[in-house]
Amino acid sequence: MNKFIHSVQLDGEACTGCINCIKYCPTQAIRVHNGKASITPEFCIDCGRCLRYCPHHAQTVSYDSIRDIRDYRYTVALPAPSLYAQFNNLKNIDIVLNALLSIGFNDVFEVSAAAELVSEASRTYIREHMEDAPFISTSCPAVIRLIRVKFPTLIPRLLPIKPPIEIAAEIARKRAVKKTGYAPEKIGIFFISPCPSKVAYVKSPLGIEKSSVDKVLAIKDVYPALLEHMTDNESRLKPLASSGRIGIGWNNAGGEAAGLITDNYLACDGIMSTLRVLSDLEDEKFHGLKFVELNACDGGCVGGPLNVENPYIAIAKTKKLNRILPVARTHSNDMEDLKDIDYRWNECIEYEPVFRLGESFRESLEMMGLVEELTEQLPGLDCGSCGAPTCRALAEDIVRGEATRNDCIYIFHEYIGSLSKEISFLTRSLNLSCSNNDDSIHLLEDYIQKLTTELSKKER
Amino acid sequence: MEELLTFNYTIPGDDFTRAGEASSSVKNKLKKMGLDSNTIRKVSIAMYEGEINMVIHADGGTITVEISSEKIRMILADTGPGIADIDKAMENGYSTAPEEVRSLGFGAGMGLPNMKKYTDYMNIDSTVGVGTTVTMDVRL
Repeated sequence: MNKFIHSVQLDGEACTGCINCIKYCPTQAIRVHNGKASITPEFCIDCGRCLRYCPHHAQTVSYDSIRDIRDYRYTVALPAPSLYAQFNNLKNIDIVLNALLSIGFNDVFEVSAAAELVSEASRTYIREHMEDAPFISTSCPAVIRLIRVKFPTLIPRLLPIKPPIEIAAEIARKRAVKKTGYAPEKIGIFFISPCPSKVAYVKSPLGIEKSSVDKVLAIKDVYPALLEHMTDNESRLKPLASSGRIGIGWNNAGGEAAGLITDNYLACDGIMSTLRVLSDLEDEKFHGLKFVELNACDGGCVGGPLNVENPYIAIAKTKKLNRILPVARTHSNDMEDLKDIDYRWNECIEYEPVFRLGESFRESLEMMGLVEELTEQLPGLDCGSCGAPTCRALAEDIVRGEATRNDCIYIFHEYIGSLSKEISFLTRSLNLSCSNNDDSIHLLEDYIQKLTTELSKKER
Repeated sequence: MEELLTFNYTIPGDDFTRAGEASSSVKNKLKKMGLDSNTIRKVSIAMYEGEINMVIHADGGTITVEISSEKIRMILADTGPGIADIDKAMENGYSTAPEEVRSLGFGAGMGLPNMKKYTDYMNIDSTVGVGTTVTMDVRL
């Protein structure tokens, strides 16, 4: 299984090579060469930040289609709690859940219900392993991917509990098999996602060998389909909802931490802030924390790029919805099949040293020396014209053999300038040695003089 | 020839928000060089503590980091007040940090002991009224 399967992709047709995205990537994974952007797969963590900043909508996410329902005999929808926060004036979650049945799903299992179980399991795990605190949340796959490539010392701090999406899928499939008698493979488990990170997670999971989720749909695709089928006619609604404030609160930053019922936590949202927190965490600058909740998207999951609503409005709507809900509605001792769930990861996360310059420390030491030298020679403007986000990044690309000094337009101009001067010198010496080609040589010199003047006008 | 990489940093003494920039920069370079995480952590923490000390006590200074395939040497030099009693300064919990700094959560008195704990060699050269130079090595 490819460890670096991605859901964030480039639409080559739409990309104009405008270099906007290269500056926003938290891992500097994007380069623009020959007028097109490309993403280095080992560096990309599928956070989707580039999607938001591409003015030409060339950065896209690949996800599944609602038509994939046809591939299965029985389908279960797993709505992310972010879905509920997309609608105006939603008073009853059953309205959304029933609409999911109307658009073609046979059943529904709320991810927020599984989230309440995960919160319960996490509380127990943390209580039993206090000496290993602080724990880092593992529900955001982009954050786990980031830690895997940039913060290896924090890998042991990851809370080794399966995310709600996984627990929901396991329960949903078991229940569907029990109810219908169909073989497990005939059941289609569809997650309705706020982000690309979860799409990549299902194809290439972290902490477990294989995900129980079959397909991932985007909230923005499902939303218009649902609107047509939503009814608030209470008599026609089946009671399907089974989560409270804790489960639904997972859709925004601080929600997961709130489920742990402790004051000793840090909740961060946004990938750049997350980078800073991780850096300080590894330097042990924080003391006495029990839990660190990290969300790649601003505002938390409601800020994912596959949502329809503005994240902060979504948070406001969630608050309104939560007013009428109890604290939690799903507990592990509610039903038989909720009692024996295995919440623990069954695979270790391994450090992927993708940013290392060379194969060994010695080699990397030498290469770093060259990077420093090159960085001194480059103009230090971080203009991005070479296609790399900073001059230092270009220096690293050059030392890795992926770029040349002439990719920098300022260096290129200097180069053209010195070339022109040489040509000028040569033609002058030619002029001295044979005087019968006066006219053509004068012309040549004039032309070159113009070229040099034009180029020096372009210099800073 | 033995490859030796040298990095020089000037630590400003009047901007507390920038304290830690140099150690962060070195940490990122060491990561790019593929050094094992445990060693990076030691260098990072030792250097950070030394850097903070320079800002709290000495109004800044300079840090030179020399990297070879055998060790990482950090030389922290300042022209601050100097340390009157080095042995006492090395004691856990002993701090001469001013009140403003303590209110920010610093000045716990663990800086120098931590630096010693995380490094394989540490030497303090100090003269009251002249300045202090701390040299630390982490062996590879």
